Amino acid sequence: MDPAVLVSQVYKRYGNLEALYGIDFSIAKGSFFGLLGPNGAGKSTLINIMAGLVHATSGNIKVVGYDVRKQWRKSRQILGVVPQELAYDPFFSTREMLRLQSGYFGLGKDNYVWVDELLERLGLGDKADENLGNLSGGMKRRVLIAQALVHKPEVLVLDEPTAGVDVELRRVLWEFVRELHKNGHTILLTTHYIEEAESFCDRIAILDNGRLIAHDTTNALLNRYPYRFLRLSVKNYSTQIPEKLLEKVVLNENNELTFRLHREDDNIGDVLDAVQNAGISFTDLRTDEPGLEEVFLALTVKNHD
Amino acid sequence: MYILFSKEVWRFLKVTIQTIITPVVTVLLYLLVFSSVLSEHVEVYKGVSYTAFLIPGLIMMSVLQNSFANNSSSIFQSKLNGNIVFMLLAPISDFEMYIAYTGAATLRGVLVGIGAWVISSLFVVLPVHSFFYLTAFAVIGSAILGSLGMISSICADKWDHIAAFQNFVIMPLSFLSGAFYSINILPDFWQKVSLFNPFFYMIDGFRYGFLGVSDISVIYSLSVVIFFFVVVSIICLWILKSGYKLRD
Repeated sequence: MDPAVLVSQVYKRYGNLEALYGIDFSIAKGSFFGLLGPNGAGKSTLINIMAGLVHATSGNIKVVGYDVRKQWRKSRQILGVVPQELAYDPFFSTREMLRLQSGYFGLGKDNYVWVDELLERLGLGDKADENLGNLSGGMKRRVLIAQALVHKPEVLVLDEPTAGVDVELRRVLWEFVRELHKNGHTILLTTHYIEEAESFCDRIAILDNGRLIAHDTTNALLNRYPYRFLRLSVKNYSTQIPEKLLEKVVLNENNELTFRLHREDDNIGDVLDAVQNAGISFTDLRTDEPGLEEVFLALTVKNHD
Repeated sequence: MYILFSKEVWRFLKVTIQTIITPVVTVLLYLLVFSSVLSEHVEVYKGVSYTAFLIPGLIMMSVLQNSFANNSSSIFQSKLNGNIVFMLLAPISDFEMYIAYTGAATLRGVLVGIGAWVISSLFVVLPVHSFFYLTAFAVIGSAILGSLGMISSICADKWDHIAAFQNFVIMPLSFLSGAFYSINILPDFWQKVSLFNPFFYMIDGFRYGFLGVSDISVIYSLSVVIFFFVVVSIICLWILKSGYKLRD
């Protein structure tokens, strides 16, 4: 079975700038896939190549087996893209735009029922006949999502869908996207909100400086980070923290000491004994497991060192 | 392709005052000024009043300028707003895109031309000598300018570039095309220069469609216009295929 997306040896150069360097990975059908990376890592360039908005310098991308350059008509039918920019056509109303977009994909009046359903599902029912230029940023974002879904694509690409949107829209958006995923759609998400990727994505790829630096299941990535955190609420203390303990302290502020402890090499009991032996008394303690953000930072910062 | 064409037509019909009525009123103003000032004093072709000579040129100028404006403003505005992405994401080929945009620009040009023709009948009711040549020059000329509008809007980075192309290329070529005069009254040198202006052939041939007289052979004009259309279309399609400033 063809994967939903197959990225093979994709390079993209802009003059001397290497925007993408030999990217290889695949996204299985039905996956909720996260593509992460700092600004300028190449995420949008990769998505744009996938969508046919940018031509790769070399390499290719296939969407459900269709080459995006050679079989572009098929691949574009399968792909729905929610672009990062809040683009809209000020000449048309929401419904008009969705019907036009549906027509671009060769769909006729039969698809208007789906257009109306999208308007309702995304809370755009009362804005259907409003000119797009009069809509708020959040509403425009909803229209972009509806436009991407108007031809019922198998693979949905969400490029920073929650950038600058309010809590209510996020809730509506994620509820809808989860349902699409449950119904068998493959979702590719790029986001700066790592916690979103952590809670929704089953696999994650991380790009940095145009290179793929990680690609694994979310759990496997989380397990790559061998540390956890011990946080102690301490009373004012006058003694110096012993050097052996100090090297484990990553944060010391607001009467809270945060230790980064290796899962296998550091024993929490030993650390607590050492704290007490140093004359530091604490009133509360908690441990935190690392999130994807720590993994992301560890990988990308290491890459920049 | 048909939907993209319809969308473009729908777009300019939503702002009819700007896209159709204003250019027609401009023709009316030209006619008011020129016909009242010059009609009694100038006779370009024997037995043809200056107003009757002027009207086809003015109609064709409006047709050409408006088909250029249609594509240049629509595509460039879409580029600026970013909404061009919706078309680029869709399974629409470069050729279909070209046909849809050029077709809509041609239709706008022709509608402006019909409006200008109707309004000009307040001054002189022109006979139609050849409906075939009238239509051929209007449609092909309009398509050429629509294609040029497409090329300039794809290449432009700011409105300034569009304005420069319009004011330093389109306007001078259309004003110096024999719309207001016959090139036969020009000195030899300027007559020869005029023959390098493709707008001259469009206007001279179009005028033939009404009056049955022209500065040069209508068949020759039609051949030049068709040749120019093919060249401009190839350039436009090549730019679209290369993805220049659209998919790079």
